[in-house]
Amino acid sequence: MSRIGVFICHCGENISATVDCERVAREASLMEGVLYSIDYKYMCSDPGQNLIKEAIKEHNLNGVVVAACSPRMHEPTFRNACAEAGLNPYMCEIANLREHVSWVHEKGDATTQKAIDLVRMLVEKVKNNKPLLPITVPVTRRALVLGGGIGGIQASLDIANAGHQVILVERDPSIGGHMSQLSETFPTLDCSQCILTPRMVEVARHPNITLITYAELESLEGFIGNFKAKIRKKAKSIDEKLCTGCGLCTTKCPNKKIPSEFNEGLGTRTAIYIPFPQAVPNKPVIDKTQCTYYTKGKCRLCEKTCPAQAIRLDQEDEILEFDVGAVVLATGFNVKGTDFFPEYGYGNYQDVITGLQFERLASASGPTLGEIRRPSDGKIPEKIVFVACAGSRDPAKGIEYCSKICCMYIAKHAMLYKHKVHQGNAYVFYMDIRAGGKMYEEFVRRAIEEDDVKYIRGRVSRIYERNGKLIVKGADTLMGGKPIEIDADMVVLATAGVASPKAEELAQKVHVSYDQHNFYAEAHPKLKPVETNTAGIFLAGSCQAPKDIPETVAMASGAASKVIGLFSNSELKRDPSIAVVNRMPPPTYTTCVGCGLCVTACPYQAIQLEDIKDRKGNVVKRAAYVNPGLCQGCGTCVAFCRSKSIDIEGYTSQQIVAEISALLNDE
Amino acid sequence: MDFEPKIVAFVCNWCTYAGADLTGTSRIKYPVNVRIVRFPCTGRIDFMLLLKAFDEGADGIIVSGCHPNDCHYTSGNFHARRRWMIFRNLIDFVGIDIRRVAFSWVSAAEGAKWAEVVTDTVGKIKELGPYSEYHQISKSFDGGAK
Amino acid sequence: MPLAVYPGCSLTGSSREYMESVEQILKTFEIPYTFVEDWNCCGATAAHNLNRKVAEALPARIIALAEKQGADEILVPCAACYNRLKSSQKKMDEDKVLKGQLSEMVGMPLDNGIKILNVLEVIEQSIVPKLNEKIQAPLNFKAACYYGCLLVRPGNVLNFDREEDPQSMDRIVEILGATPVKWSFKTECCGAGFTVSRTDIVSRLSGDILIDAVEHGAQALIVACPMCHANLDMRRKDIEKATGRKFDIPVIYLTQAIGMALGIDHQKLGLNRHFVPVSI
Repeated sequence: MSRIGVFICHCGENISATVDCERVAREASLMEGVLYSIDYKYMCSDPGQNLIKEAIKEHNLNGVVVAACSPRMHEPTFRNACAEAGLNPYMCEIANLREHVSWVHEKGDATTQKAIDLVRMLVEKVKNNKPLLPITVPVTRRALVLGGGIGGIQASLDIANAGHQVILVERDPSIGGHMSQLSETFPTLDCSQCILTPRMVEVARHPNITLITYAELESLEGFIGNFKAKIRKKAKSIDEKLCTGCGLCTTKCPNKKIPSEFNEGLGTRTAIYIPFPQAVPNKPVIDKTQCTYYTKGKCRLCEKTCPAQAIRLDQEDEILEFDVGAVVLATGFNVKGTDFFPEYGYGNYQDVITGLQFERLASASGPTLGEIRRPSDGKIPEKIVFVACAGSRDPAKGIEYCSKICCMYIAKHAMLYKHKVHQGNAYVFYMDIRAGGKMYEEFVRRAIEEDDVKYIRGRVSRIYERNGKLIVKGADTLMGGKPIEIDADMVVLATAGVASPKAEELAQKVHVSYDQHNFYAEAHPKLKPVETNTAGIFLAGSCQAPKDIPETVAMASGAASKVIGLFSNSELKRDPSIAVVNRMPPPTYTTCVGCGLCVTACPYQAIQLEDIKDRKGNVVKRAAYVNPGLCQGCGTCVAFCRSKSIDIEGYTSQQIVAEISALLNDE
Repeated sequence: MDFEPKIVAFVCNWCTYAGADLTGTSRIKYPVNVRIVRFPCTGRIDFMLLLKAFDEGADGIIVSGCHPNDCHYTSGNFHARRRWMIFRNLIDFVGIDIRRVAFSWVSAAEGAKWAEVVTDTVGKIKELGPYSEYHQISKSFDGGAK
Repeated sequence: MPLAVYPGCSLTGSSREYMESVEQILKTFEIPYTFVEDWNCCGATAAHNLNRKVAEALPARIIALAEKQGADEILVPCAACYNRLKSSQKKMDEDKVLKGQLSEMVGMPLDNGIKILNVLEVIEQSIVPKLNEKIQAPLNFKAACYYGCLLVRPGNVLNFDREEDPQSMDRIVEILGATPVKWSFKTECCGAGFTVSRTDIVSRLSGDILIDAVEHGAQALIVACPMCHANLDMRRKDIEKATGRKFDIPVIYLTQAIGMALGIDHQKLGLNRHFVPVSI
């Protein structure tokens, strides 16, 4: 039997000026199942809330309708009040008499009638409500961070410093990511490695961080708070415990001409190698694709050389398993190569390089020890041209977006060049200068005004070689489109920032959505920038979109704080307004026929098919199961279901039909 | 007395419901004929509920949710749109007057647009008159079934 | 169905040798063809600068005529005509209303399903497979393949292999025995339509092309466009005046080059019609 209380709020005069609240209360008291009905000046005030609480106790109410402002405003307030009086909060519903009635209609009978209709609608809904309990999900307080660039490092340190365990997985032999390749950083021109390497060391030493390099995620199963991660730790062919990192093996390796990834192909490395001097961990790995022993079956020089006898040529990949409660994706980005640009020579000109390659040339630890020397003949270029937006903002190249970092690093490159080659000339072809950020615009102005970098607003149509010079053909659109030709010694293309090569594969493994460029999709472009649509998986850094170091660090800390928030309780409480598949006694068990349409409809991968077993353990049926840890309560599955076996708590078909009937049958 | 149509609006919680709230906050007036039923998402709307509303006496229906790409749940509104395209053809085929259903996107920032959608729909339904054909049929069925 | 051939104005006038050489090789490889009867101007640059409807209607009529003749494919050797026909075809594909209007304008049914081919496509499709066995006199020189603009751009209409660094002509030339050079001006502008009005611009742009070809060691330029040929060959004196350099590098149509390799008489290929003598 329904024992419903209806509470009509005047909201000062906001409602009562156009709605006859007393009449609404009177009419409500006549509705079937309504035991108590009253109007009051300010229902959300303390006395107003007490009025509700008292009524619940006094009349032993089992349902409450508050007719007041929008539920988006005070639904939590009134539900809390109900809970305090011992009524399940989900037995309280709000009729929106302010935003949807009094503020949008003139005073009159029709307006009051609408208010009455809305109250009746929610009275009928409440009759079909049932008490719901918050869903609790246990949480494993250990985070998995994928990617050991600055984003992954920051997220790991933040989570670890909050006292939680972190598994940090890096694909390369060392952490550090792109930031470790950079020379100086804008807008301060401080050395990238100087600020990064202490963080890298901190990661390695942190008691809460387990660092696994040269490894990739094999699979991820489970849901928020309860993931199972399998990590493939690729064979490094060394015993990391015995290896002291002396590096003797790398000096003896006969295979010395392998293009160095760290130096973007501008330097070489050996087959057994430490990617760069400050690498963490500072121990070598053997590149099996290059090592003579693996390719031709003999050599083993490193094995003979190693004083610690740490070489293990027969080592195999290991699969490690971890239970984790949250995952942070910090897998970073990549830049397009010069071969992407037919008009700039298809990568055939040695002295047309990418911005990342220029970083290596300008870096003190780079192949030229920080001297700007061009790759073809090692000469110091007297004229250098920087081309912004190489690929970016170019629909014809399939990259419509702005890569965001180039404007700033080009200004930095041009400055670094001018600081090192005083008599040199630096030109920048640009479309627009995007220098939004603290001290960013000032930095670009400095390049133009103090370091005399010549900025030309226009695009470069073609680069070709003539007599050892690179002829850069462009136009100066500020001079009426005047064609310009510069005979440069070296050209730096600010090639577009693109998703990391295996981004799509990883997204599919962990079930996060990604855009057409394979950048990972945040759950909401404004309000949930670090969350993904899969609960418990968060994003940090440029795997979401190209971004610079400060932004990456901020985002990583944001993701870390989300993880720490999740780990602040051993259980996770969630809103119970989620989908449920009906269950009933044998022999029906459920009306679900297991067609799986809901599985495909769900944007959160929250629905699976499961076996329903009888008491003896025999499988009697296969039916949908909603994982309460993942369901967000959108209800798309409900509209999909042909047998009406799935429903959303709080928005059940029964509730909605009751609402519709109540609305339209006011007699 | 002038004909005052009964119009039911099925709206999503995140965009159109909030947009209608904004109409209120901005004190923009619109006809009193519409009654809003809140859904978590347009993706939740089983279009059989539209028939139910006509069945119970509605003269017109508004379905409104987040703009494409703005769905709180990523893709619910796309499902709703696709479902509507198909459902519309179907009910048109069986003889239901599809002019009585308005499908629209109203964001949480479009308070004025919500007022416009309601005003337009009410005007249109007033022109069409009461949906007596449907109501009579459903009444005769109710009599038989109940 | 036989191949329809649309010559266009250039190939019946200033570039007769291009048509002659096209016919020579079609005959050698026994590819049946008929000319589009009662053909009209493709509109070239004039029409689409003045009247967009007419600009589409002129190629539409050619397409309709070829289809009326029962051809499935139409060979358009002139790069400008090819470009016009292809873009009209695409526009009609995308806009059925326009197609209907154009059909009405030309007074003929328009299926628009005909395949429009340039010289390179016909050679690759029907000649390359049998080319090796027929070569009598392999070309023994370094060749710069010059594609120009109209044959390759815009990319979304013409779908050429590599818009900025096309390869198909290089591949064909290699089969002929010549060595294609890697150079930078494959698709640069020759000055094209300015050949009458602004010869100074033509001289400068075409001069740049010749300079780059010569400096990359080319002994001949291979072309597939009458405009390119006219500017590089006929305007040679102006170019020499503008650049202050002498050039004896000949400009040869790809079809002439094939004919040369097949051992066809130079007169039949129209090589004698060039301003710059072909003596390699």
